[in-house]
Amino acid sequence: MSLTLIVLLPFIGAVLPAIMIRAGRNACATATGSVTLLALILLMAKAPAVIAGEVFQVSYNWLPELGLNVTFFLDGLGLLFATLILGIGLLIIIYARFYLSKNDPMGRFYVFLLLFQGAMVGIVLSDNILLLLIFWELTSLSSFLLIGYWKHLPEGRQGARMALAVTGAGGLAMIAGMLIVGDIVGSYNLTDILANADLIQASPMYVPALVLILLGCFTKSAQFPFHFWLPHAMAAPTPVSAYLHSATMVKAGIFLMARMWPVLSGTPEWFYIVATAGLVTMVLGAWIAIFKHDLKGLLAYSTVSHLGLVTMLFGFGTPMAAVAGVFHIINHATFKAALFMTAGIVDHETGTRDIRRFGGLLNLMPIAGTIGIISAASMAGVIPFNGFLSKEMMLEEAWHTVWFDQNWLVPLLATIGAIFSVAYSFRFIFHVWLGKPRDENLPHHPHDPPFGMWAPPAFLTVLVVLIGLFPATIAGPLVAATSGAVIGGELPEYHLALWHGLTPALGMSAIALVLGALLLMRHAGLLSATANLSRPDAKSMFDCAMAKLVALSRFVSDNLHNGSLQRYLAIMVVSAVAIGVSGFYAKPDYLSGSRELLEVSPPAAIAWLLLVVTCIASVFMHHNRLLTLLLVGVIGLIVSLGFIYLSAPDLALTQISVEVVTVILMLLALNILPKETPKESLPGRKMRDGIVSIAAGLGIGGAIWAIMTRDLPNSISAYHLANSKTEGGGTNVVNVILVDFRGFDTFGEIIVLGIAALSIFALIETVTQGEAAKRLANWVVDNRRSADRHPMMMVVATRVMLPLSLMVGVYIFLRGHNEPGGGFIAGLVVSVALVMQYMASGFGWTQNRMKVNYHGMIGLGVIAAAITGVSAWVAGLPFLTSGFTHVHLPIVGEFELASAMGFDLGVFLTVVGAVMLALAKLSQVERMAEHVDVNLDPMDHDPSASVATPEKEA
Amino acid sequence: MEFLVASSIGLLTTCGTYLLLRGRTFPVVIGLALLSYAVNVFLFAMGRLTINMPPILRDGVTEYTDPLPQALVLTAIVISFGMTALIVVLSIRAYLEIGNDHVDGRPVGEPSEAGDKN
Repeated sequence: MSLTLIVLLPFIGAVLPAIMIRAGRNACATATGSVTLLALILLMAKAPAVIAGEVFQVSYNWLPELGLNVTFFLDGLGLLFATLILGIGLLIIIYARFYLSKNDPMGRFYVFLLLFQGAMVGIVLSDNILLLLIFWELTSLSSFLLIGYWKHLPEGRQGARMALAVTGAGGLAMIAGMLIVGDIVGSYNLTDILANADLIQASPMYVPALVLILLGCFTKSAQFPFHFWLPHAMAAPTPVSAYLHSATMVKAGIFLMARMWPVLSGTPEWFYIVATAGLVTMVLGAWIAIFKHDLKGLLAYSTVSHLGLVTMLFGFGTPMAAVAGVFHIINHATFKAALFMTAGIVDHETGTRDIRRFGGLLNLMPIAGTIGIISAASMAGVIPFNGFLSKEMMLEEAWHTVWFDQNWLVPLLATIGAIFSVAYSFRFIFHVWLGKPRDENLPHHPHDPPFGMWAPPAFLTVLVVLIGLFPATIAGPLVAATSGAVIGGELPEYHLALWHGLTPALGMSAIALVLGALLLMRHAGLLSATANLSRPDAKSMFDCAMAKLVALSRFVSDNLHNGSLQRYLAIMVVSAVAIGVSGFYAKPDYLSGSRELLEVSPPAAIAWLLLVVTCIASVFMHHNRLLTLLLVGVIGLIVSLGFIYLSAPDLALTQISVEVVTVILMLLALNILPKETPKESLPGRKMRDGIVSIAAGLGIGGAIWAIMTRDLPNSISAYHLANSKTEGGGTNVVNVILVDFRGFDTFGEIIVLGIAALSIFALIETVTQGEAAKRLANWVVDNRRSADRHPMMMVVATRVMLPLSLMVGVYIFLRGHNEPGGGFIAGLVVSVALVMQYMASGFGWTQNRMKVNYHGMIGLGVIAAAITGVSAWVAGLPFLTSGFTHVHLPIVGEFELASAMGFDLGVFLTVVGAVMLALAKLSQVERMAEHVDVNLDPMDHDPSASVATPEKEA
Repeated sequence: MEFLVASSIGLLTTCGTYLLLRGRTFPVVIGLALLSYAVNVFLFAMGRLTINMPPILRDGVTEYTDPLPQALVLTAIVISFGMTALIVVLSIRAYLEIGNDHVDGRPVGEPSEAGDKN
């Protein structure tokens, strides 16, 4: 439990700084620090047990179907990294309190920092690689926010984007690699994966997985050729550089290599990829660092170089090298974080980071100077500091390494790397702190910073010295526990000590110190000699590559997504056809099956012929919109007839009533819209569309032919038929399915219908504003009108029909559970009956008599359906479980009264409300366009009125 | 009979798709209507074709057509009415807002996409 808390604390605590900043900067920093301190204490409570060899584990199910569970485990390796993250994190929080100026939003800084901290702790404690990947991406994101913290600086923004692009791309590659590994092992748990090294290395997918995972590690840990983002990330505030880009985040890649070391290492592929990348990075980074004039730039490249060193050690693949790697991780974190903080102090106190302007700063800032000199000496590998110890171990391992049968190459290059490393470390010492001041006019007059700013690096420097002097006592247990976790087996024989006798490594160290010092003496000459060399500029290359990618994406999206609906629809139809065609060819037994076919009756053949003719006519005459609409009505009628013929009475009833309201709706629309479609498509376009549509039609027709000529496999329909009467209390199986078996679907559908009607309402309600209102105001009636707006015959007929049609509606509704009918159909029938009144007697007259609020009706319908569903809960049954009872009514006879009827009532109300709302709103636009007052009389000429007052007529 | 239904579905799809690809809103709406006929009948035909076997339970009758596709199609018909109504109103609103009924909202007089490409 407390293990989970260690991971969660920073995330939960991330809220605190945002709140506490109102109470002042000290309160904010204290709150942030206490969160980290608490997590650190929890961790330290477990440290003794872990060092003794115990492994803590905790597990919660999250998405077990995906193999993604929240599982954490704490072993030696996790302990080391978690200690670094939380410990150095705490120091950085203190340091940042004094580093950030009054103008910097400190609350935001600490929020980002804690988010990062949580993500980082998550990485090192995850036992599930999918969970690890989530945290991995979180570190990329929080690092992006932190690098770009000073968002007013273009370097900050660019550096943040570059870091995100590089580490994000690597992260994607790593996801693929991890998925492959998980697939090979059959589990995403690290503990399972670590136990199956043989399985993974024997798999043919080993090399792809290795390369993909290493891409993630190398980008994160800035290994060649992905090292270029790290120096640009130095645009971040120095606490961020010290924390993320030296001590923790860039070590995430190293951590993963260490974590996967037992599984992935030991093969030639691992050795040549990892060791070579590490070696090249180490030498190259160190070489570039010598020439950097920016204090943080120098440290950034030295970090690149040291990360290369550790990578190379893990790449060697021997247990001893792994121990050396682990030890160097500790040492590097201590001296490099101290160095970065010192650089921040210098920057803060002098106002510049240009090494060429420094010199003799030790006299002005003795405390910071001492810290800087000791840490830099450790970085150079000077006795007796901790950097010396691990560098000795590295050289010792390099001495024994044979690269492509060349036993001299790795030792030589390692020594060269060490020489460069000495050169830039000494440069940091001699050009900054010692010698004479070179620039008397520094922006500020430097002096030692406040205690809070120098205490954190001083603490680390004390560690640098103590580990150097008493390595076995101070760091020994941690190194042993960590190395044991990395190697996953017996530890090799090793001694952490300053003196190992006269070894080759000692010789190489001595050579490095002497030659490095000599190199620095020649620094000025070297600078001018290399000044004119053309170096590849990573940033311009990166920018160029990004610009090309952006151009490519823009090209693709501009062509696919050019704002033309015609283009989108064409692409969608063509893709659908292409997918269908590929499916046809993938399994070429798609045509005729062996099912016995129905005979063609003459009426069916006639209907089919009519359908074919109307379909074709509707395409060829589609420029005449009114005619097309009539043709579509005919097609709808034939489809309804087809439903009746093919044993689907409910569908036929629904289709025909929907047909009526649809045609009315379209007629209303055509009143406003142009009556003709202009002939504007060119022949080529028509040809293209024709070919695409014919292909689509052939595909769909072929598919359904193939289906219909085969027998129906066993489906769930038999269940519905068998249980409709007994469980749902109805003999109309279709209706029982709608209101009972699949009532939840229907519930969703009436909600959709209601939302559609409300959207129509919203679209029309706002038509009185802007351009639309102007156009409506200037509307000219563009078609001939009937002289008799409300013919008397029609008014009388519809008036007589109304009670009859309503009665039919009620009848259809009531019998729906047992005979064809039900809420949907009844709703449509009643809507048609009401619409007839509107059409015949005019909107105004009808509206005055229809006091129904259609919005309310839709809402009432949905609520009625919901209440029916919820009432099942009262009986302790699941949502929408229906009950029924037999009722005997005089005249009507015996029928089942099912609770589903309440649900059907909801459907009915929603359908009526939605249809009527849509049509009523549409007719509102018409009335606005026609500038005619709403008629309040039922008909234009009222005969009764003229009979009553014959004198006036005369 | 199966051939008649299959060919009708295919024809409705062809005509619907062709109208769907036109440049004005009204043919597109009509095309969608034709396509929804095609889709509804397609779904219905998934339950295979039968005559005189409506899924209304009767004593002594054991053979019924498949009720499930019918139930699905019934709601589909009503929903597609709702959607048709919505896009009809949307096209009216668009027509009133921009003064023409081109699906891309292009002011009258500008060359159509067909003119650009062909």
